[in-house]
Amino acid sequence: MSAPSTNTADTTAIISIENIYLLIGFVVMFLVIRTLQDKGHPKRYSTALFWLLFGNVFLFGDLSVSLFGQAITYQWVGLSVMAIALLAGFGLVSMGTYDTPSDEVKTHSAEKIGNKLFMPAVMIPIVTVVCTLLLGHININDWYLFDQNHLTLASLTLACAVALLIGWKLTSGSPIQALTESRRLVDSVGWAAILPQMLAMLGGVFIVAQTGTAIQDLVTLFISPDNRFMLVVLYCVGMALFTMIMGNAFAAFPVMTAGIAVPFLIQGHGASAAPLVAIGMYSGYCGTLMTPMAANFNIVPAALLDLKDKYQVIKVQIPTALALLAINILLMYGVIFND
Amino acid sequence: MSELNLLPLSGIVVVVLGFALRFNPLLVVTAAGLVTGWAVDMQFLALVETFGEKFMNSRQLASFLLILPVIALLERHGLQQRAQSWISSIKSATTARILSVYFVVRECSSALGLLSLAGQPQTVRPLLAPMALGAASNVHGELPKEVKDMICAHAAACDNIAMFFGEDIFIAFGAVLLMDAFLRENGIEGIEPLHIGLWAIPTAIAALIVHLFRLARLEAKITHAVATYNSQPNKLSEELS
Repeated sequence: MSAPSTNTADTTAIISIENIYLLIGFVVMFLVIRTLQDKGHPKRYSTALFWLLFGNVFLFGDLSVSLFGQAITYQWVGLSVMAIALLAGFGLVSMGTYDTPSDEVKTHSAEKIGNKLFMPAVMIPIVTVVCTLLLGHININDWYLFDQNHLTLASLTLACAVALLIGWKLTSGSPIQALTESRRLVDSVGWAAILPQMLAMLGGVFIVAQTGTAIQDLVTLFISPDNRFMLVVLYCVGMALFTMIMGNAFAAFPVMTAGIAVPFLIQGHGASAAPLVAIGMYSGYCGTLMTPMAANFNIVPAALLDLKDKYQVIKVQIPTALALLAINILLMYGVIFND
Repeated sequence: MSELNLLPLSGIVVVVLGFALRFNPLLVVTAAGLVTGWAVDMQFLALVETFGEKFMNSRQLASFLLILPVIALLERHGLQQRAQSWISSIKSATTARILSVYFVVRECSSALGLLSLAGQPQTVRPLLAPMALGAASNVHGELPKEVKDMICAHAAACDNIAMFFGEDIFIAFGAVLLMDAFLRENGIEGIEPLHIGLWAIPTAIAALIVHLFRLARLEAKITHAVATYNSQPNKLSEELS
């Protein structure tokens, strides 16, 4: 290399983010084929179409950008997304039929294999962490093993592959069988698998529409600049509520902090910035625990655990979230003011 | 400041109404995007392009799909049954103790930045939930579906709460860097990520105390729910909902 560069964006990696997307695309397409083969599936074709539209974005998204440019790609992806929403919205996506062994068979197999059965599951986090921390930057002539901008995700992908191979050895179930089996889990998550991306999309529209500024204007209507305690309450509760709407505290943080905390608390009352932002962000996290919009934390697990009430995880979290929100308010009021 | 413009907020109204009326969330969110774009006079094609761009650029959120094949394969060969029977062999294991130990380990490890050490698809579904269930059925025998759901929901909640309130202590975590960058942009000098991480500790400790206290009471709640089920099966579902 002639010029020293600290920019890792252009380096080549074997497990690059593009390749991970391709892999996800292949996995989803495999599930589409299996869905089409499932003769007993009550909504065979519409469920297959739902996942086909989703898988396309992973399989052909990057290719389409390089062939036809961003504008056309984003347009067909946008239209696909709307079709996905319509399919899910009209209840055309459902579980199929699966060839699952009885509990007796499973218990028998568990006794045969013993505690070694835990090994692949335990290997996923271990391999991920080891690769991220120790092997993350290995390279030969700037050919990296892991995508330098997506180190954890690349490590996780390798870890899943390793676990799959160990699982193959232990159970004699091949990776293809593992993929076939995973349809049961993917279908039980269903539309919730796509919700996080849909919310990122809504967040993008809100940025273009300057929804944050409008919220800021609205909130400042309620402010009485001299009442310190009410300012703290408004900031913390505002963080929690806006996070509940956006599903993500990171989206709420700049809006609420620029709208309330900086002008009224830091500049107005000389509040310490470090505890203010740290506790403010945690107030947002209290909101994350209480909203279906944080789908990957609250709705996907309910689906994965086969809960009858999809909001039960949220219901269990609400008491802790409200208690911590109250504690955050008192703590912030107690520590940020210096006079 | 100019006069108040509430039109950009129309999408939020759609979200709140849509969830309240229990429409499918994908439909609600897409409708909210369309309404917001329409309210601020975006061109339809530009709006569709924004949809596509953001959806494309957030594809990493679907990476949990890669974990599911391994978990599904292991489950076919009895992973959940093994987790339950292994816990049954440890006589002192109770649901509350298992969840409490998990909570402490998860919060400490995420404070050290080891967020990917656990998670809903890779640990809660295959290991933590079956273990918590196994410990409960050790004591109470076969559990009614309502009680199983309650225990599973607590397992999922443990993972979320422990991770959330541990992660901001780790100064290289995205949230801390976001706060740091925000303060710099707004001309507030002299704050290091370390200060922000330190001020995350009090709330992290509060989360630990509050949630462990709730878990300590979970055991009694399970006993009560099982007793209610055995005497009046119909009353239980009303009570827990």
